[in-house]
Amino acid sequence: MDKRKNILVADDDVDYLFQIRLYLQNMGFEVTTVESQKEAEVYLESNKPDLVIFDLMMETEDSGFILSYKTKQKYPDVPVVIATAVASETGISFGLNTENEKRWIRADLYLEKDIRKEQLEKEIKKLLDQ
Amino acid sequence: MRNLKVLVVDDEPGICSGVKRILGKFTVSYPFMDEDRGFDVYEAYTGEDAIESIKGDPPDIVLLDNKLPGIQGTDVLDYINKNHRDIVVMIITSYASLELAVKATEKGAYDFIPKPFTPQELKSSMEKVTKHLFLKVMTKRLNKEGKEVRFQFLSVLSHELKSPLNAVEGYLKIMQERQAGENISDYDQIIERSLQRINGMRTLIMDLLDLTKIQSDEKEKQFENVNLLDITNNAIETVSPYAIQKDVKINLHAKDDINFYADPNDMEIVLNNLISNAVKYNYKAGKVDVYLEKDAEQITIKVSDTGIGMNQEETSKLFNEFVRIKNEKTKNITGSGLGLSIVKKVIDIYDGDIQIDSEPDKGSTFTVTLPF
Repeated sequence: MDKRKNILVADDDVDYLFQIRLYLQNMGFEVTTVESQKEAEVYLESNKPDLVIFDLMMETEDSGFILSYKTKQKYPDVPVVIATAVASETGISFGLNTENEKRWIRADLYLEKDIRKEQLEKEIKKLLDQ
Repeated sequence: MRNLKVLVVDDEPGICSGVKRILGKFTVSYPFMDEDRGFDVYEAYTGEDAIESIKGDPPDIVLLDNKLPGIQGTDVLDYINKNHRDIVVMIITSYASLELAVKATEKGAYDFIPKPFTPQELKSSMEKVTKHLFLKVMTKRLNKEGKEVRFQFLSVLSHELKSPLNAVEGYLKIMQERQAGENISDYDQIIERSLQRINGMRTLIMDLLDLTKIQSDEKEKQFENVNLLDITNNAIETVSPYAIQKDVKINLHAKDDINFYADPNDMEIVLNNLISNAVKYNYKAGKVDVYLEKDAEQITIKVSDTGIGMNQEETSKLFNEFVRIKNEKTKNITGSGLGLSIVKKVIDIYDGDIQIDSEPDKGSTFTVTLPF
């Protein structure tokens, strides 16, 4: 058996962090949580996780995008997931639809925070298998 | 509709002519705009020239390179922020200085375009800016009717109400699925946190009720001669269980009874909020001093604490609705973000004033003056 995969989660909502950490741990992952873009940047300086999940709006409204860009710059092979509650709160959904968006937003997956846990597990395993 | 004026500030002539070429035939359409909008592009090769040009004929949009031969892009940005707030600034930057660009957006630039950019990248940025400009004009118009403010308030409010619901819902799901284990004690922390979030929501609703009271009943106020000393003592008593827990000492400094013609509910709102904040944002074993003074013209209420304090940027937004100062020191303190905005509204009704004097880690002093 290989080593357990490590997932970094950055989100300024401590409740969400607690909840997703529990779910991911129960799925068999090692989980590291940070509460801001800045902390995530510090962590990524010296650690390479197997997958990252970023909240979109932290210090600024596009913290997740900036983190995503920086992660891909340093670790092109690490899958990046951006998780937000934007759709459930505003009714606006903005996934990675066009090629242009995919190029700008360097995330591999765009997730709504209220995604079902089975779905979350499936998506993460798919990204890690690549 | 006239074309949008775009000033390109870059010492590389190639960039300027490139932008001219790309935007020359480009127009932006937006379902809410009656007509498509095109662009007139002109250029400046230094920051000094840019400022001269802006003085003479202010553009709608400035594409600003940060690295310039003389004064820097950020100086031009400062100038625009000070004198031409309507101009939308886009920073042109190489990826190497992405951090700088992020800083610039924090300083008031609308966005940044990484260099070198493709025509498509420039076009999508300009599309974004054009929509932004359009919405800004619309917002201004709506603002005059007060609609926008109400809309914004409601959308923030629904976010603030949803967020505890989401948290509690998530925790309940965890319990339902037995994610944390089979024993009820495995869920202690989850239950505690859920109760906290529900409590926070209750505070928010109570604060909201205060707020609607102020906004709706201005005419139904019950004015009477209020003894501020009594109200202050009540406020101190209300917060004292919490103060004892945090080992914070509250001292009241007042020479004699101070009477003021007001609605007692309003004075309670002011004193309760200021004194409870002074305890809430204090350090353990800290101190709160409350001063009540009166002279020929006004009443002065001063609440001073030895708490975590704030920097200038934080104090400047303190009275906005739903603003909570978010940092390492405040993350375990709950609040609705409405308290001080309510205090400010009440003080405004009495033509009074509130001043903050604060220093990080030293403490804050809130001074309220109410004229007779």
